[in-house]
Amino acid sequence: MPPVSAAHPPMVGLLDRRLLFVTGKGGVGKTTVAAGLALYAAEHGRRTLVCEVDAKGDVADYFETGPTNFTAREVFPSLWAMSMDTEASLREYLKLSLRVPVVGRIGPLAKAFDFVATAAPGVREILTVGKFCYEVREHHYDLVVVDASATGHIVGQLAAPQAINDLVKVGLIRSQTDWILDILSDAQITGLVIVTTPEEMPVNETIELAGRVATETSVELAAVIVNRVLPELFGRSEEKVFNELCRSPVSAELEKLVGDDPTPVLDAARLAVTLRRTRAEHLERLRHGIDPAVPMMYLPFLFTRLHGLRTLRQVARSLGEELAH
Amino acid sequence: MAKRGSPAPVARRTSLDGLLASKEIVVACGPGGVGKTTTAAAAAAMAAARLGGKVLVLTVDPARRLADALGLEGIGNTERRVPDATFVEAGVKPMGELWAAMLDTKESWDSLIRLHAPDARTREEILSNPLYRNISGRFVQSHDYIAMERLFEIHSDGNYDLIVVDTPPTRNALDFLDAPERMAEFFSSRLLRWLIVPYRSRLVNLASKPFYQIADRILGTQFLEDVAQFFILFQSMYDGFVERARAVHRLMADRRTSFIVVSTLEAVPLREAEFFAQALADRRLHLGAIVLNKVLPDYLRDPQGAALAVKLRDRADELAEALAPEVRSGDASQVRRVLAEVGRSYLDYRVVAQREAEQQAELATVPEALVSVPYFETDVYDLAGLLRLGAQLWGP
Repeated sequence: MPPVSAAHPPMVGLLDRRLLFVTGKGGVGKTTVAAGLALYAAEHGRRTLVCEVDAKGDVADYFETGPTNFTAREVFPSLWAMSMDTEASLREYLKLSLRVPVVGRIGPLAKAFDFVATAAPGVREILTVGKFCYEVREHHYDLVVVDASATGHIVGQLAAPQAINDLVKVGLIRSQTDWILDILSDAQITGLVIVTTPEEMPVNETIELAGRVATETSVELAAVIVNRVLPELFGRSEEKVFNELCRSPVSAELEKLVGDDPTPVLDAARLAVTLRRTRAEHLERLRHGIDPAVPMMYLPFLFTRLHGLRTLRQVARSLGEELAH
Repeated sequence: MAKRGSPAPVARRTSLDGLLASKEIVVACGPGGVGKTTTAAAAAAMAAARLGGKVLVLTVDPARRLADALGLEGIGNTERRVPDATFVEAGVKPMGELWAAMLDTKESWDSLIRLHAPDARTREEILSNPLYRNISGRFVQSHDYIAMERLFEIHSDGNYDLIVVDTPPTRNALDFLDAPERMAEFFSSRLLRWLIVPYRSRLVNLASKPFYQIADRILGTQFLEDVAQFFILFQSMYDGFVERARAVHRLMADRRTSFIVVSTLEAVPLREAEFFAQALADRRLHLGAIVLNKVLPDYLRDPQGAALAVKLRDRADELAEALAPEVRSGDASQVRRVLAEVGRSYLDYRVVAQREAEQQAELATVPEALVSVPYFETDVYDLAGLLRLGAQLWGP
């Protein structure tokens, strides 16, 4: 695993922040990493909330628990899970700040809300981001980990308070955006984590997103986490030995010694070496494309069965090792 | 190479050639990060190469190298032909023509407004409205709708024998399937009228009063007026839009259109893909095939291979000693490490290969075709690569 360069100016430690948005291209393991970070923090005594924004129920699966909803539920000691529901968020917001009795009018309100949210982009986003900032402001948890939208939508989400500021001149929402922006732009509190894999498109999107986050939002990029890093089988000189093993006369000798054709096993090793090499090139590109001040962490590819708490514990352990660097 | 481990379904096809030869529109959909764009491009390239006719691949967000290879860099909505010379470089003489176009959401929305706006003044007012700019640029579902709308437009021109479409990454797989319907609903909604009427007449309609009380306090009157202004303008295009959205929906459900769901055998994407296949069935849309990318090779599940890998790992010491005299490029300790590592690696990958084979066998939805594509050792970034991938989608 590549060492983390030591020459960085000091940055706020990832888990010393209080609000982490975890994003990544679809399929890179964004939810796994978000849940892993939350588990690690909870195991280290921090009261942690993990929230899924695009509810697919994956977080619940990781903790081997039933579906989550807008009301946070303790799924593990010190760890609460919830899923975002913008309509519920609106209702909570109205209850807290307007004291509007909405209970009796949920039906029409839901419809109207859907409509306004559709008409005014940013309303949905601000109800999402606002909820997390509220939890942070009220100190309900030590850490809020958001399994946020994928790379394509995260900038819109994080930039929504600013966009609303530009579009909505007066009204309650407008007055709310100021304190939300304060929390988002405070690097001591808030950070964005981009999860990627060492493959072409995820690396491209990560580099592009890092640039957009810097120019279009006030949120600091707190870390890039590279998931599914394949193990290196051998170094350069050992690879020569391997090449010889694959050819006669050594391959014939090996076959004699083990009493069976070793081709499938050698082919598999060849595949593993090639995959690792292709990915190493993308990793190199990623390192060049990201500001060296941003910590980069590496999580190994897990050769395991289906995901669940068992997988999650391994992810949390690997994250812990990387955070200790 | 397909159907391994599966319970031998009756006459399930394992290639896409039949589908590509008989449909006019093939829509590639499924979860993100599984090679949807590449699969769509490979299918189109192969169809152009082997079947002939004019084939268009309409893509959303290709990797830069792939876009370069297709000559798509910076051309927005314009359809471009991939030169025959590019095929020749890839060692293929194509039977037909391959065309490519990218989807530019903003540009497509603008041209839609130009199409439906009743007069020049309305058109300009809409195009310069801040809310419109916000909606066309950022509004997520607008992306889904416009992809289908653009497909409809190209198909209506009748210039292509086959159009292969790559769908935008959606928050929810269903968004783009339902987008035309929702767009029609949106414009015919009673709420839209509620929203517009009071500002038009300055008389607050009783029915909408509670809504306004809340909306006013949250959003402010000015913003609501902006919203209303925008919808008043949009209202003038109501008929055109609704009719169009319905036509787009009809085209999706037409027998000439088929969907392929692309996935890998990893748990999360596969579950999403199954959900998607079910959604297609619920909407009576045609699921032509499931394409499984990045499938690990069969030899990883070979029981003898496993036994041998264990031997290499556990008896590396004695094997290395016996082999070392034959090996010129390293000593016994290096040979031992290599043997042990080769054995360990095989057993690692075997766990994944077995899990994935099981997942494939359990695939609940049985489409007409289930196509599996092996793990490519290098990325696909040129036409030769697309054709190599395409060959895996093709029958023998």
